[in-house]
Amino acid sequence: MAVYKRSYRGYAGPLTRGWSRFTILPRYAYRDLFHSKIMTAFFVLCFAAPLVFLLLIYFANNFASLASMFQSHDVKSPITINGDFFLTFLNLQGVLAFILTAFVGPRLISADLANGALPLYFSRPFSRAEYIAGKMSVLLMLLSLITWIPGLILVGVQASMAGRAWLFANLWIAWGLFAGAWLWILVTSLVALALSAWVKWKIAAGALLLAVFFVSAGFGDAINGVLEVRWGKLINLPYLLETIWRKLFRVQEISDISIPSAWMMLLVIGAACLFLLYRKVRAFEVVR
Amino acid sequence: MTPVIEIDGLSVDLGGRRILDNLKCSLSARTIGLLGPNGAGKSTLINTLLGFHKPAQGTARIFGHDVRTEIRAIRNLTGYMPENDAFIAGMSAVSYVHLMGELSGLPPEAALERAHEALFYVGLGEARYRKLGTYSLGMRQLAKLAQAIAHGPKFLILDEPTNGLDPPARQRMIRLIREMRESREMHLILCSHLLRDVEETCEEVLILKQGRIVHYANLEEERRSNRKFVEMETVGANGTFTGDIEKLGCACAITGNNRVKLILSEGVEIRDLFKVAADRNVQIRRLNFKRDSLEDIFLKAMESDAAPVSAGAKGVSNGRL
Repeated sequence: MAVYKRSYRGYAGPLTRGWSRFTILPRYAYRDLFHSKIMTAFFVLCFAAPLVFLLLIYFANNFASLASMFQSHDVKSPITINGDFFLTFLNLQGVLAFILTAFVGPRLISADLANGALPLYFSRPFSRAEYIAGKMSVLLMLLSLITWIPGLILVGVQASMAGRAWLFANLWIAWGLFAGAWLWILVTSLVALALSAWVKWKIAAGALLLAVFFVSAGFGDAINGVLEVRWGKLINLPYLLETIWRKLFRVQEISDISIPSAWMMLLVIGAACLFLLYRKVRAFEVVR
Repeated sequence: MTPVIEIDGLSVDLGGRRILDNLKCSLSARTIGLLGPNGAGKSTLINTLLGFHKPAQGTARIFGHDVRTEIRAIRNLTGYMPENDAFIAGMSAVSYVHLMGELSGLPPEAALERAHEALFYVGLGEARYRKLGTYSLGMRQLAKLAQAIAHGPKFLILDEPTNGLDPPARQRMIRLIREMRESREMHLILCSHLLRDVEETCEEVLILKQGRIVHYANLEEERRSNRKFVEMETVGANGTFTGDIEKLGCACAITGNNRVKLILSEGVEIRDLFKVAADRNVQIRRLNFKRDSLEDIFLKAMESDAAPVSAGAKGVSNGRL
């Protein structure tokens, strides 16, 4: 319809495929997010550490030739590229990913709930599962870009410098990086979305996200101290993830809780978040 | 005519309470009005048609698609303008309608084109790049209408579209609804407290009370029938008087305060009424040609504690007078 006609007419053109519609939400969310200069600057800053690690890999692999430039021979590189090295990388990027989640996550669902937008989404051929998948993929893509994707690039660079033998001997590092990063991304994203849906106010949701990660850690330590037990660590989310990461990166394990109990607790937290999302993400809330 | 909405023994429970109770109706008009006092179940009915609430019993069909099993097909055909504020924070009107068009399945380019068209159509063309948060209440209502029609639905649900609008804005909204009706590209269901809005725009009306259908009226049929409705204020009117008028072939009823309402049948003149009145010693103090307004129908339906009505396009008495 030409604008000048200004009369109503139906639509008989082609339609997009139903399964692909959840990708619309991240597109709009990124457009909104990157309007913020602070957000853009922080996102760029998240790539500083991968660059530093890239340089470290270069130095580690070329230390002898670099040292020879300064007339030093038979000097060993102080940097070893192993599981510890990539665990440090993941720890650092995990912190940045958490800050990014705390900035982006709380507003994702709470804004829609506060503005009554959910009936608009769900009156269309767009399900609750697609909505949650769409909102979650905002975080999944963003966090992937600063965690496992640069991590695997670093592994690739190291493999290209150290040779195929190093790669085959250390494939578990690539797997650890990939699985560990995804675990962190999934847990933080689920918790952030669930809190965003629960609280409906982005500032409160952000504060609650910090509380879940840090206050619960302190509370868990207090339980351990007062009751002289070790299971208090089970409510310490960063500790649970660290426990699993150490196993994945074959680094000395910490022994307060077992690996299966850490997995079990993460599954419980994930299920609780999904349940909260299922209860809260509805077109209308029924008041009893 | 193929029914637009078929409701078959539909009951809905919410929070452990029965909100809709065994509704049955078949509606096929281009514009359908949904009336009822607060808590009558209008919004619940709309939400059930949209698949937001699951029926406890029975079912409903829109264009033959069952709300229990084919909700995605129904949503493909539907546009919805909710009653309450519903927008996306920090978005301009054009982005908002664009997003909603895309979520309805339009490709991005087509959705953007139609977003502009829809905003021009509802009268927000000049303000389309402004953030929704800066809009007045009337403008937000229009933006909600734009998002509901951007994807060209075949079935449009308008929940209280004139809520909070000033008279010119209300007139504009009514005009838009009429235009859309006359475009013959979509069917509309209009849920409103404002009887005048429904009367001005709808062809069929369903009145709900306490989760039941208490009245069904086909306003379009009434308008077409061109019957002469007469209301008389009398002194001394009684059953004999109305009996004599009915003998003339007129449908007749006495309401409170000696008011007599009747439909003049073919060939009966006003002077015949005066003649009957003179014979029965009844004084006619005032006589008006008056059609029952929707308000009369509504109030009557609210007063009655009658059993629920099964409404439908066929074989249902309008119960007017």
